Amino acid sequence: MIQIDNIYKSFNGHQVLNGISLNIEKGKTTVIIGRSGCGKSVLLKHVMGILKPDGGKILFDGQDIGKFDEEMLHSLRLKMSMVFQSAALFDSLNVGDNVGFALIEHQRLQKDEIARRVRESLAMVGLSGIERLMPSELSGGMKKRVALARAICIKPDIIIYDEPTTGVDPITADIINELIKELHDRLKVTSIAVTHDMKSAYKIADWIAMLYQGKIIAYGYPDDIRNTDNPVVHQFINGLSTGPITEGE
Amino acid sequence: MLNLFVNLGEKFLSFIYFLGEQLVLCLRMLGWMFVSPLEWRRTLVQSKRCGWDSLPIISVISLFIGLILALQTAYLMQRLGSEMYIASIVALSIVRELGPVITALVIAGRVGAAIAAEIGTMKVTEQIDALETLAYSPIKYLVVPRFLALMLMLPLLTLYADGIGILGGYAICVYKLGITPGMYLSITFDALLFKDVFTGLVKSVFFGMIIAVSSCYQGLKVYGGAEGVGRATTKAVVNSFILIIVADCFFAAMFYFLFP
Repeated sequence: MIQIDNIYKSFNGHQVLNGISLNIEKGKTTVIIGRSGCGKSVLLKHVMGILKPDGGKILFDGQDIGKFDEEMLHSLRLKMSMVFQSAALFDSLNVGDNVGFALIEHQRLQKDEIARRVRESLAMVGLSGIERLMPSELSGGMKKRVALARAICIKPDIIIYDEPTTGVDPITADIINELIKELHDRLKVTSIAVTHDMKSAYKIADWIAMLYQGKIIAYGYPDDIRNTDNPVVHQFINGLSTGPITEGE
Repeated sequence: MLNLFVNLGEKFLSFIYFLGEQLVLCLRMLGWMFVSPLEWRRTLVQSKRCGWDSLPIISVISLFIGLILALQTAYLMQRLGSEMYIASIVALSIVRELGPVITALVIAGRVGAAIAAEIGTMKVTEQIDALETLAYSPIKYLVVPRFLALMLMLPLLTLYADGIGILGGYAICVYKLGITPGMYLSITFDALLFKDVFTGLVKSVFFGMIIAVSSCYQGLKVYGGAEGVGRATTKAVVNSFILIIVADCFFAAMFYFLFP
């Protein structure tokens, strides 16, 4: 469905992505793991077409999104949704308007229909009846779930999660993991998640890829990654302070 | 010595780059302005924030400018025995120069800073990225309404400031210097020509554009969290101040030669 082909990207001379290639399979959840600051979020922004690569291309259903004009990118983005690390709810809008934002702005639906879709989406993430609350009145976990509701409200083909469980307590993290799995099973969407939370990765992933020094150094089923011989992957997934990753730090 | 030239060259290039980026933002904004649906609802909200909500501060500052100007002018005019001219000097100074410039500087400080801080905070909390992922242009959603609001509200606020400033002069002349109310108003309106009001309003439209573009540009360029937001807010206000004064000088020269 999405083919990331030899992507390079640098910021102010610092090489962040260094020749990444990865296939995202339709209907599956691919989890990209890696240390903080290794370029996972940058990779996601390339997939969404927010950033343009210095080299390489990203193919969506065989079409190079680097060659899309603004209008084509907008159509592409309506097929995808992203759940941000910080939830990124618009703080000037209430929960209902946040969740229904894309419907209000892009689809000529009746107000009642929009309200129904917003209600449905909030119910799916277990937050019925909070449409009138402002984002500042929500807890961190609730914000993440509202962001999830916003993502599913437009019925996307692909949902992208940027660190979905970062910054929430372990119980809320597990609730979010369950939600991601449930949404995936019910909506049959393709999911891409980046995380450094291995518990979350094992729980939601069909495939796991590890990003290290701007490259994908391992790709496989969760069990393959769990039983890897690669010392870098081994150090990361077991959270060890000594090993090849931290050598020379 | 060589280093000095290198530094000067770098500063000059970065200044050209800065102006170029603002021009690009301006052009992109103009492109989005006419894309349906028009942003009239958000423009109204922004107009209320930058127009209506600014009335108290504009009232206070314009009133005091009028009072101060009348008192300072009175100091000289009384020595010359020409108190009658105070009304015309106050009216012309306020309508041609102080009204548009002071209003623009106050709005740059009050509204420009708020715009840079709001957009900057949205940038660091990923709300701008979220807008893009929801297939909505941040330029259309954030910049266009603020640009239109400032462009429309600044002339109205300037007219209001002109009126209040003249009222300040009236208070000094009538209650302190003994000029009759009818005389003050008659001298004021005799001194003012249509072109005086018109040039002041034309300037204020451009000042509004300067504040909007400078502030939105700084907000969209924010990086580095709260510190970055603070830096952008300061830059938005300082750049707006400088560009307003430079543009005012340019307009003063242009109107002097066009409408002598």
